[in-house]
Amino acid sequence: MRLTCPLCGTRDRREFYYSGSEDYLNRPAEGAPIEAWDDMLHLRTNPAGVTKDLWYHETGCGSWLLVTRNTITHAVLATELVAARKGGAA
Amino acid sequence: MRYSGWKVITEGLLGNTGWGRAWRDPAPKAEYDAIVIGGGGHGLATAYYLAKNHGLTNIAVLEKGYLGSGNIGRNTTIVRANYFLPGNSEFYSHSLKLWEKLEGELNYNVMHSQRGHIILFHSDGQRDAAVRRGNAIVNQGDDAELLSVAQLKDMLPYLDYNQTRFPIYGGLIQRRAGTARHDAVAWGYARAADKLGVDLIQNCEVTGIDTVDGKVIGVQTTRGAIRAKKVGMVVAGRSSQVAAMAGMRLPIESHVLQAFVTEGLKPVIDHVVSYGMGHFYISQSDKGGLVFGGDIDMYSSYASRGNLPMVEHVMEAGMTLMPMLARARVLRSWGGIMDMTPDGSPIIDKTHIDGLFIDAGWNYGGFKAAPASGWCMAHLMATGQSHEVARRFRLDRFRTGHVMDEEGTGSQHNLH
Repeated sequence: MRLTCPLCGTRDRREFYYSGSEDYLNRPAEGAPIEAWDDMLHLRTNPAGVTKDLWYHETGCGSWLLVTRNTITHAVLATELVAARKGGAA
Repeated sequence: MRYSGWKVITEGLLGNTGWGRAWRDPAPKAEYDAIVIGGGGHGLATAYYLAKNHGLTNIAVLEKGYLGSGNIGRNTTIVRANYFLPGNSEFYSHSLKLWEKLEGELNYNVMHSQRGHIILFHSDGQRDAAVRRGNAIVNQGDDAELLSVAQLKDMLPYLDYNQTRFPIYGGLIQRRAGTARHDAVAWGYARAADKLGVDLIQNCEVTGIDTVDGKVIGVQTTRGAIRAKKVGMVVAGRSSQVAAMAGMRLPIESHVLQAFVTEGLKPVIDHVVSYGMGHFYISQSDKGGLVFGGDIDMYSSYASRGNLPMVEHVMEAGMTLMPMLARARVLRSWGGIMDMTPDGSPIIDKTHIDGLFIDAGWNYGGFKAAPASGWCMAHLMATGQSHEVARRFRLDRFRTGHVMDEEGTGSQHNLH
């Protein structure tokens, strides 16, 4: 599998560190109930199909990427910089 | 029919014409007392123990494909009970005891071989951890023994002891651990459950879970609606999809784990050996193939096949430990879908829906757990109470903080 980093171009999967689902971006507000934290940290939709997850370009530019890909075919559909999203970095 | 050595001889003389089917192929009834979703090792074991231990024989196992078509037939067949944490330790101990009686109980040759499992260590720190783990295992009542380099060299002369980066300092052996024929475990449980009257229904995919007023009343399937007041979800890597039918979101992310087998060789590896500095474990099947595996591919996947970087990593780890592997040719590799939890430990629990139970989150250690998982899931479904050795496998433990992180790697699904 190869991922296209918006800054570095198409790179080998081994340059990237997989963190997990995009749920990690939905950090609850201060004082949110424990269920909200459980939801972000542990519970997952875990789709068989298109998913969005976070990858860190560890041996490249050091950016966090939000990758849209298919968990059945391993096709990578889109990549974007987390920092460039509305609301900025996680 | 009872299988025996005598039967093999008489059937041999009669041209093997009298074996018959190992289990029936029934059509689903309109209603059962209980339904188990998933005809893998854990599901079939659950059905068997529901019938055997709790007298529930009007039950069905619903399987999307054919029996044993999932991870029970796609693993490295290791059976061991060398866990450390309270909660895991007594559970796997219970499982190993069930393994030791399994063949007699099921009247089926699962080729259970207690050849010993050795974890190698490669530093003073790892030795300390191995001693501590060994003591915990012995306190649990199981066996563990520390091996010196001299003892290891006698037992495993083929290891590269003086690797430049990770010289071998010793090993921790559990002599009662070993391997079993994975498919035969599914077939043995299936045949024994069928004999007790359990309906094993194949090619029957569950498409919906029906509830009324917070109670389960049955399931929708590709072979029609089936009623039952108790339903158990035992579907491993597909747990998230099945639980979603009941409106649940699980603490599970599915990942692919690859395994490999070489061409058949003469006996060369007599034990199960795990490398302490790379994720690599190996044994030799009775057919002669070297069966080995490594870590998961590290990103969520349902592909049932792996990616090449992990293939390379596993081969490197194997070569570092056993240079002789260089001459063996790999015949095939495969991938199974692992239901990874944020602490690496499983779930056997009730759900928020009355009568709906879940057995999931086996990460990549489900094979050895199959007997105890079935035993405890059956106990839960029949009595409504968690079994003593599975009482910590709670669905809500991540919210309440009662996590069981055996490897101490943190709350991320792919790190266990």
